[in-house]
Amino acid sequence: MGLETVILFVLILQVRNVLVKQKIYPAWRKFLFWSLFGVWIVFGIGEATRQDDIVKWLFHISILVITVIVYQKDEFKRYRSYMNAFLPLIILGITEAVVEIGPKSWKDALEGFIDTAQIFAIIWMVAMLFIANKQKKALEKENIRREQEERERIIIEEKKAELEILVAERTAEITRQKEELEQAVVDLKSAQTQLIHAEKMASLGELTAGIAHEIQNPLNFVNNFSDVNIELATELKEELGKVVGDENTKLALQQLANSIIQNQEKITQHGKRADSIVKGMLQHSRANNGQKETTDLVALAEEYLRLSYHGLRAKDKLFNAKITTHLEEKMEHIALVPQDLGRALLNFFNNAFYAVSEKKKLNIPGYEPEVTLTVKRTGKYAEIRIRDNGTGIPEAIRDKIFQPFFTTKPTGLGTGLGLSLSYDIITKLHEGNIICQSKEGEGTEFIIRIPMEE
Amino acid sequence: MKILVVDDERDIQMLFEQRFRKEIRSGQIILAFAFSGEEALTYLNLHHHEAVLILSDINMPGMSGLELLKHIKQKYENPPPVVMMITAYGDAENYNKSMELGADDFLTKPLDFSVLKEKLKLN
Repeated sequence: MGLETVILFVLILQVRNVLVKQKIYPAWRKFLFWSLFGVWIVFGIGEATRQDDIVKWLFHISILVITVIVYQKDEFKRYRSYMNAFLPLIILGITEAVVEIGPKSWKDALEGFIDTAQIFAIIWMVAMLFIANKQKKALEKENIRREQEERERIIIEEKKAELEILVAERTAEITRQKEELEQAVVDLKSAQTQLIHAEKMASLGELTAGIAHEIQNPLNFVNNFSDVNIELATELKEELGKVVGDENTKLALQQLANSIIQNQEKITQHGKRADSIVKGMLQHSRANNGQKETTDLVALAEEYLRLSYHGLRAKDKLFNAKITTHLEEKMEHIALVPQDLGRALLNFFNNAFYAVSEKKKLNIPGYEPEVTLTVKRTGKYAEIRIRDNGTGIPEAIRDKIFQPFFTTKPTGLGTGLGLSLSYDIITKLHEGNIICQSKEGEGTEFIIRIPMEE
Repeated sequence: MKILVVDDERDIQMLFEQRFRKEIRSGQIILAFAFSGEEALTYLNLHHHEAVLILSDINMPGMSGLELLKHIKQKYENPPPVVMMITAYGDAENYNKSMELGADDFLTKPLDFSVLKEKLKLN
């Protein structure tokens, strides 16, 4: 049995293994499988027919072809270290075969060398196989380690992905909270502004009532004494008529008495005017009490709207305005002080009608005065919207409209206590709030909200 | 008819005397004045049963009109004088208290003398 047979068999086996491991070239794998038997059959035939020289050459060429393929194809890269182990034996085998068919002088010259080379080739093979085996084992170990690392890497990747999601969630949460907080800050700031405003208004209301209280008594004396003076002066005039004496002097005295009466009447008139202002101011102190009763707010608002309109019509026959109402049907009755809230609403209505009548005076073509009343329920509040398309409120004075004595009306037409009183009635007595939306030249809307009890 | 007017404002005397000058001249009414609750009680002690009508302000330093009312209604049982209280405009609290203490009638500030005169003539 020749060495080349074994080598060929081993090479075919190994090459097939490599292909099987890599799961490539199935047709070749099949062919190589049958070749394993083929080698021995051909060998057997060669022995039996004494044609072992031809078989030997066939095998050498096969080995050479396989060797070339192994060194050519990348698929066998890792197998080459084994190949290296067989290489000297293969070369030696071929050399031996060549020498055998060559001239006798070759054989004589190389006989000893080939024997020695064969021993070295075998030692080489064993050493190389040993090394290759060791390398293979190290490689396998390395592979296992790599696989482990790969698995760990995948696990880490997964964990990382999970973490990424978690971080994204947390970030979103934090962002949301940040936005909420920012909104809260904005809300708080506006609440603070409102509180300051409310405080200011409250103290102004109290101050107003306090001043009124103080002025009331002296003013009463002024009015009372001035009343008495009119009576006294009238009596004086009458008494003068009875006196007998110089007619010219009597006339002069009577004229003087007349002048006193006239002056006194003026004093009384203006005193009464002051008195009505004081009464208006005193209503501020009344805006904190008053009995609440369950009231139909829709009917109340509607009633005072008509009252305001007809009141203005009575004063100014030419006055006209379109009235639009959006009233919620079947709204629950709520606890409020009807007279006070009515008076507050009346002020808003009067102002709305005043604003449209002022704009009407500008003779803008196509202008149609309109006042709209909306009463509805929004959440926990009863909402009353009073809108007009009148002159509007300039932004500069919008903060002041609820302050006592602030008025844009000419002297004598308004005391500036109407809206300030309305403000007290709505915010203090009814714990509601008022929002004013206005555009100069286009109109104003007051939104009044009163909490409804559950 | 003797009327005791109680008020801490001294000018009230001049005002009343002028307002009621005709009635005083004709002897229809006699006015007496007290400028505090205490003074009013002293007067009532000295001139027992003389005052038929007491007009009292409620807000006074020292003894308030309400206390005076309480004293009068407790002390002078048989028959107590008529007491008219003068309450400030819109002062529901004092109005109710005066009612409880037995005030006979009310006048609101500022005093409307024509209303007062009408009430006096009815009395």
